[in-house]
Amino acid sequence: MNLMEYQGKELFRRAGIPVPRGYHAAAPARAAELATPDVPEWVVKAQVLMGGRGKAGKVKFAKSPDDVASVAEEIMATPMPPNRQNPKGERVNSVLVEEKLSIAKEAYCAIAIDRTTKRPVIMVSRFGGMDIEEVSEKHPESIAKFFVDTAIGYSPFIGRELAFQAELDPGYRKAFPAIVGGIYELFFRYGAKLIEINPLALTSDGRVFASDAKVELDDDALYKNPEFKEWQETLPLDEDEALAAQAGLGTRNFRRFDGNVGTIANGAGLAMATMDAVRNAGGNFANFLDVGGGANAERVRNCYELVVNHTGAKVMFINIFGGITRCDEVAKGIVEALNTTKSRKVPLVIRLTGTNEEQGRKILADAKMTPVETMDEGAARAVELAA
Amino acid sequence: MSIFLDKNTKVIVQGITGSEGSYHTSRMLEYGTSIVGGVTPGKGGQKTEHGLPVFDTVRDAVDATGATHTCIFVPPPFAADALFEAHDAGITFAVCITEGIPVHDVLRVVATTPGMRIIGPNCPGLISPGKSLIGIMPGHVFKEGSVGLVSRSGTLTYEVVDLLTRAGYGQSTCVGIGGDPIIGTTFVDCLREFANDPQTEALVLCGEIGGSDEEDAASFIREHMPEMPIVAFIGGRNAPPGKSLGHAGAIISGAFGTAQSKIAAFEAAGVPVADRPSAIPGLLAQRVPASV
Repeated sequence: MNLMEYQGKELFRRAGIPVPRGYHAAAPARAAELATPDVPEWVVKAQVLMGGRGKAGKVKFAKSPDDVASVAEEIMATPMPPNRQNPKGERVNSVLVEEKLSIAKEAYCAIAIDRTTKRPVIMVSRFGGMDIEEVSEKHPESIAKFFVDTAIGYSPFIGRELAFQAELDPGYRKAFPAIVGGIYELFFRYGAKLIEINPLALTSDGRVFASDAKVELDDDALYKNPEFKEWQETLPLDEDEALAAQAGLGTRNFRRFDGNVGTIANGAGLAMATMDAVRNAGGNFANFLDVGGGANAERVRNCYELVVNHTGAKVMFINIFGGITRCDEVAKGIVEALNTTKSRKVPLVIRLTGTNEEQGRKILADAKMTPVETMDEGAARAVELAA
Repeated sequence: MSIFLDKNTKVIVQGITGSEGSYHTSRMLEYGTSIVGGVTPGKGGQKTEHGLPVFDTVRDAVDATGATHTCIFVPPPFAADALFEAHDAGITFAVCITEGIPVHDVLRVVATTPGMRIIGPNCPGLISPGKSLIGIMPGHVFKEGSVGLVSRSGTLTYEVVDLLTRAGYGQSTCVGIGGDPIIGTTFVDCLREFANDPQTEALVLCGEIGGSDEEDAASFIREHMPEMPIVAFIGGRNAPPGKSLGHAGAIISGAFGTAQSKIAAFEAAGVPVADRPSAIPGLLAQRVPASV
């Protein structure tokens, strides 16, 4: 689960990480009400999960409460324009109104999980305010990293060492170790997969603030913090995840793409290999779907309906390896699912192999369905039927 | 020989009285695994439906049975605790089947359980065909032989093993290392063991997108086992960046973890990469004859 900036900053406050004075508001009038006149200039920022707010004109300045209201109105009037990662754009439901800082320097600071060392890695760069991907391309040497031994945990020397190594402006030095300690604490306390402060601003009067906040929480750890349930409800839903959940699948088990060959397989690895097989056969897959264990009739029907109702599938390639799950059970499930579904019918290509394979094939044959022998053959057949 | 387990390996099951634990204990016993007991706190002194003794703690189980290996079926919130308990009781090899353990729990466990090898989490376990099976793999698909296999996936492994068996290649040990971002045992860890196993004459590695485990394996092969005939497969070649497909670990971020980078690394190490599972036996046959 990705958090909005204002939610991330709420967590930052709890860990003592300095953030600019500011308010979150879901309506322009409320934003104006909260903007006190003692602040000379405000910055109004759209609260969305998409990146590229500045370029999209969704971050604007305002000099008075009235100004705040009209700027907020403008920002919330239109959605974020689509980009490659989010082809649908995103509605702006709220804004964060913050005291405008006089920024002298911008740095980058983040914590993530390093798979190779199996440790949290803290990354720091003196190039703040741009994408870290861009920094790692243009100035790879500027990124200082520290892989933390979790048995020991964080100690301030780590922050000091990183600040020197990354050649941060000396103005950061005093505040920096505690800020890094703060993100380390949050990382474990809330089960974050990524916490990124970009930029970490140094103001012209020598103060340090987290000017933006990007926090990604581990979905598997959400049960530990029931308070996030409330936040989750305010966040835009990933449609694929919502559809998967409705069909009784795990949120990672279904993804849509723009091809016309629907796929259903058991196991994530086999499901990915099934997509690859469709591409190898010269076709385009409409989706990724892992039915998980126990492919009974209800589950198969739900999956079938999920794919035909929500993708452009013109044919369905069902690829099941019966391990613990028996092929005859799966075959029964497929036949029953197809007989009871009220959704549109598309041609089926079924590949069933493994435990009780022969009984499974017989059940399909009796129902006038022809199974194919191999994954490659099935993919070729499905692509042919979709053309 | 084989790696990690053989006929005499004594195994306990943590969560043996739960539905999953109980069912797969039956399957493992059928296969011939030497399961000597199980642990369910509060049910110590009882017998399972299989007639095995149940203990309250792993320590009691180890003291009474001399088990060295454990298979863990406990739910995600309690899995890290189960691993810590196993380590504390002197277990040296833990297979963690549980899916959905918070990744920070796994980080803490792997950093603080020296001396205990962990397979998984979120894995199907491992098998030395004809000898022993720990986990949830369908034993009858496998056949004893000389090809070692390491895979990040479950059903894809069975698919590949089935193809190997049909082509006349039996297996020495097959390890499903799991699809999570942080796992106890990596490809390289398995390669180290296989390099010293006299039964293993060739290897098949089934990787997938995400992380750099396959790239690390490729450098290890280049340096330490250039003579071993090895074939690789990478699942998810056509997956888009930024979305994880099923496995939490199967996610491409930036230029990192793409199928292209993994394929290039393997090819640079002299390891041919099959473009589809069905091509694996053929590529293997170019280096080692099948022993039907």
